[in-house]
Formats: sequence, C-alpha cells, structure tokens
Amino acid sequence: MNDLLPRLPFADWIDTGVDWLVTHFGTVFDGISAFLKGIVEGAVDVMALVPSIVLALLFALLAWFISTRRIAIFTLVGLLFIDYLGYWYSMLQMLSLVITSVAIALVIGIPLGIWGSQNSTVKKIINPVLDLMQTMPAFVYLLPAIFFFDIGVVPGVVASVIFSMPPTIRLTMLGIEQVPKDLIEATEAFGSTSWQRLTKVQIPLAKQTIMAGVNQSIMLSLSMVVIASMVGAPGLGEEVYRAVTQLKTGIGVETGVSIVIVAIILDRITQHAGKKKQGGTLT
Amino acid sequence: MDDQIKKIEVSNTTKIFGKHSKRAAQLLAEGKTKSDILKMTGATVGVKDASFNVYDGEIFVIMGLSGSGKSTLVRMLNRLIEPTIGKILIDGENIVGMNKEQLRDVRRKKIGMVFQNFALFPHKTIQENTEYGLEIQGITKSERQEKARESLRLVGLSGYEEQYPSQLSGGMQQRVGLARALANDPDVLLMDEAFSALDPLIRKDMQDELLQLHHDMGKTIIFITHDLDEALRIGDRIALMKDGDIVQIGTPEEILMNPSNKYVERFVEDVDLSKVLTAGHIMKKADSVQVDRGARVALRLMKRLNISSIYIVDKGNQLLGAVTAQDAVQASETGKSLEDVLLKDVPTISKDTVLTDLFDVVSTTTIPVAVINEQKHLEGIIIRGALIGALAGDGQFINSSERTVETVKTEEIEVKDNE
Repeated sequence: MNDLLPRLPFADWIDTGVDWLVTHFGTVFDGISAFLKGIVEGAVDVMALVPSIVLALLFALLAWFISTRRIAIFTLVGLLFIDYLGYWYSMLQMLSLVITSVAIALVIGIPLGIWGSQNSTVKKIINPVLDLMQTMPAFVYLLPAIFFFDIGVVPGVVASVIFSMPPTIRLTMLGIEQVPKDLIEATEAFGSTSWQRLTKVQIPLAKQTIMAGVNQSIMLSLSMVVIASMVGAPGLGEEVYRAVTQLKTGIGVETGVSIVIVAIILDRITQHAGKKKQGGTLT
Repeated sequence: MDDQIKKIEVSNTTKIFGKHSKRAAQLLAEGKTKSDILKMTGATVGVKDASFNVYDGEIFVIMGLSGSGKSTLVRMLNRLIEPTIGKILIDGENIVGMNKEQLRDVRRKKIGMVFQNFALFPHKTIQENTEYGLEIQGITKSERQEKARESLRLVGLSGYEEQYPSQLSGGMQQRVGLARALANDPDVLLMDEAFSALDPLIRKDMQDELLQLHHDMGKTIIFITHDLDEALRIGDRIALMKDGDIVQIGTPEEILMNPSNKYVERFVEDVDLSKVLTAGHIMKKADSVQVDRGARVALRLMKRLNISSIYIVDKGNQLLGAVTAQDAVQASETGKSLEDVLLKDVPTISKDTVLTDLFDVVSTTTIPVAVINEQKHLEGIIIRGALIGALAGDGQFINSSERTVETVKTEEIEVKDNE
C-alpha cells in the first residue's frame, strides 16, 4: 500500500493550520480566553464570598423550589459533607467550570438542534460532526485548545463544551421530531407560520426531551472535570488527578465521592425541571 | 343542483407520491394502471384525475376503504398535500396557484379541519386549544377567549375550559376538535374520519350533533369516512373512491339504487335499506280537500282518483284528519258537514322517520299514513305497497332526492272548476 500511494502529510497540514490560526487570530483567541476565564473565576469569587452554610442552604432552597423536599435535604447534607471534607473551594471551582460549559453548550446546542430539526440538510451536516465530537478522544482537541487558549481553566471549558454539547443537540432534534405528525398537520391546517408552529407547539412539546438532553450535558460536563484538570483547570477534578498521580487512594475516594454528590444534586434537580409544569401529557 | 353555488370545484386533480412524479403523470395520461406505474417508476398514484364540485352548504362525504386516496384527496383541498396536477377552486379562487401567505390566509379564514385522532395540543387547555386558530391570526386575547367559549358552548363543552385534553374522553376530545375548527368560523369544514376513532354509540351521537350544527350554521362540510352507514346517514351527496379513483358521486339514494359498477354494487349490497331510507324517500304526493269544501267535493275527488279515503286540511293547509269514502257518502246524503264525519285520530309521521320505524304504524292502519312537517302541514302519504317495494330495492318507489319532493298542492282548484 505505502509503495503504491504516496503518504499524504495530513498531520503536517493540520499542524500548519493550527499554527496559522494561532498567528493570525491570536488576539481573537486571547479575547475569548480572557472572557471565559473572567466568567468562571468571577463566579467562583462571588460564590466564595458567601459562607458555605448559607450557600448550601440557598442551593437546598433552590432544589426544594424546583424539585422535591427529599432532594433539597440531600443537597444540604451533601454540600455540607463536602465542606466538612475540606473541598468546598475546589467544589465551587468545579461547579463554576461545569455551569459555564453547560451554559455555552446550551446556548449553542439548543438553537442548532432546533435548526437541524427544521432543515434536513443542516441535520445531515450536524450528525457526523456530533459523532466526531463524542468519539474523538478528548486529549486530541485539548492539545490545540492549549495552543489557542493557553493552560488553565479555559481549555477545560472548551473541552467540556465540545464533549457535553452533543446530547443537547441530539435530544432537541429528537424531541421536536417526535411531536406527532397529526399535531403538525393541525398547526398547518390552521395556517400557522413555521415560527408559530415551532414556538407554540413543537418546542413546548419537546421540552421534556430537551431537558433530558440538558441533563445529559451536565453529566458529561462533570465527567470531563478530571481531564480538564490535566490542562490546568482547577477544582475537584484537579484534586482527583493529584490523588491518583500521588497514589493516595483515600483522598481519591473522598474527592471522587464529592464529585458524585454534586452530580446527583445537579441530575435530580434538572430531571425535575423538565417534568414540572407540564400540564398535559402526550396520549 | 346546477343552480346551487359551487363552493369548491376540483378539476382533474391528481396526486402522485414519490420520485419521477412527472413521468408517472405522463404514464397515467397514457392510461396505464396504478400498479403498472408503480412497477415502472416506483411512484404511487394517490388520487387519480379527481373532478367534482361541492355546493355551498352541503355535506359532501368522500368515502372509501383505507388506501383508496380519500385522505389524500381531502388534504389537497387545503394543500396539506400538494396536488401533482390539477386545479382546486374555492369560491372561484385556485388555491393550487397560491403563494404561502395567500394559502395561510385561506387556511386561517376559510377552511377548518377536524382530525381522526383529534390532534389536540396536549400541553394546552381545552380553552387554549380552541383559541389556537384565532391566536395565530393575532386576534386579541379577550376576543378570542369569547369566541372560543362560544364555540365550546356550541359543542356542549362549557365548563371544561380549564381541563387538559388527556382528562377528557374520546368523544369529548373530538368535540374540542370540532370547537377548535368552528372557532375560526370557516365556510368549509374538512372532517377527516372525524368520528372513526369513537365507539359506535358516541359516534352516532356525534353524527346527530353534527347534523344539528350543520342545520344551524349551514357550513359546507366535507366529511371523510370508511363507514358506509355513516356516509349514508350524514351525506347529502357521497363520492365513492377506490384505488385513487372516484367511482361514483351521487346522493345516498342514487348510490344505493343505481350503483354505477360492480364495485359500488358489492359495497352497498349489505346496506339495510330500512335504516337508510326515510318516509321522505317513499312518500307519494297527497291529495287533500279543504274542510269547508264539503263532503260532496271530497267524494268526487276520491272517485276520480280512485281512492277510498282522503285527508282533510284547513285553509292554512294544516292537517285536520281524514275522511273515508263511506263516511263521505253518508255525510252528503244526510247533509252533514265534513267536520262531523272527520276521523281525527289518524296516524302521522315526520319525513325523517326511517322505514324501520314505519312498519308498526303502517301495519295497524287502514288508511295511508300521513307525512307532516313541524307546522302540521301535510307533506305526503305513505302507502303500504311503496314501503314494501322500496325495501325490495325497487327504484321506482323511491323519490330521487328528499329535496326534490315538492310541497304537495291540493287539487281543490281543479275540483272547483269542475263544479
């Protein structure tokens, strides 16, 4: 094979491409980097101002408001337990990273998903890209992310966004496409515009599925925190990474459990957010 | 029928599904069959060269088995499905040529639609569902709320406004579907198998209510069904479809009595005529005498018409009773008035009575049964022979259409001239 076909230097091309981008758009990337860094670290600073017990109570109240009392109690106990273990600040750093990543993933992902659901060409382009985003080993895009955004929390955010966005896009498309055909027909028959059909029927009915996607995005984003810590993102992931490299099993389990607690809290709260206030169900 | 206003005119409309529809259309024009075209091009012919008119205010039923193209046909009327070829005029405007905005306007104002599986929005309340068509037109909240409430009242669902569709039974859900379509006050109502998902008793109630609403509001209704009994029950005219073709269009009686081909014949052979035909179909012109004309005139008329009894009406043509020839003879001999010998307790029925409910009355009376309307005006009479003849399927005993039966004129003028 190698004798018959000349080996094309793909790797060189990509390296050149990355170099070219860094040289020519360096200031743009620096700007994005500074912006993201500001948001993540600003959020940590604000949350750190509040005493841990007060913040834990606030989170518990939020959980109570959105979901059930049981989850609120779990939130309070779980967060205080993390504080007791001494990982409060790390937890805040992680939370800030996760929330920022998910927010970006949603802001890009939901409109993309809606667009894909309305336009089959867009969908045909999006789908393979999503496959790529989900299966490409994270380290592969962490490397160029470091070139673009330097070491620290920002490449961590970028990696999390890339990895966690696909479920939101996919489930948004799925949710909208699953709206029964006869309902779409009804909206058409009454003379709805595409926008009316989308906003009055399709999106409200897809809400639950979209929220399932949001939930999955949060979970995937959480699963990226350890990898993000390898490029310098601070937080619980960093603690896990350090414990593993220093062979400290006990600390590894403590920090790991802390991540799980945060994961459960976020999961339960978002699951309920999707179900609540849905008057009727599809019959 | 020709003097009626054409609400919808469909001419030579064809729908072909799949790729190569142009080539398939060409093959169709060359006279190839549906299965040939499927084999040659892979395209499916949904509706083949359909042409018909729907008149203002009638209930036009499109009936056929599944796959016959009836749902496709009705969806072409509001272009939920684009016709491949053809012209569809609504109030003289060709909707096939319309752009998006014009079409949207027609859908918003002229055509309402009711769906087989109700197609209610599960996340909206009954009230919000009913308001939908008005909401998307940008009508103010208070106005649309009022219209929706009125529409719900019409279908008997007042008090359910704040419920969600899943909380309602199937029959009630379809009432919401109907209310939603009526709220826009469209001229034309498309009903796609609207009652097919309901159980038989509820279905019958809904048919009755639809007929009542139609009577009150006078909308043009195009009703799709696969159920022949339903078609015969509610249709002013019926178009029967098979494999994308309209095989016959006619009034229920025409379809039953003169099936245009073997297919229609087989379709209708099991129909219980006694439940379809009504007194109006078999009644004959009634001869009557005004009461103040006297016994002699009555007797004379009976003799001339060779009948043994005659109905007596007052000046306003209201039915008073009947007189037999025997009594008339007696009255004229003794100089009594007609009123003295009048049989007041005569059997009467309305025009809408189905034959199956006539047997009892007809079998227990010696004189023909009088058909009267709400004002007690004599509309016609039923004689035993016609009843039996009609049940035997003999077309000569059946009036071509309910509406062509003329109001019966008494022959008093003629009799007066003779005197």
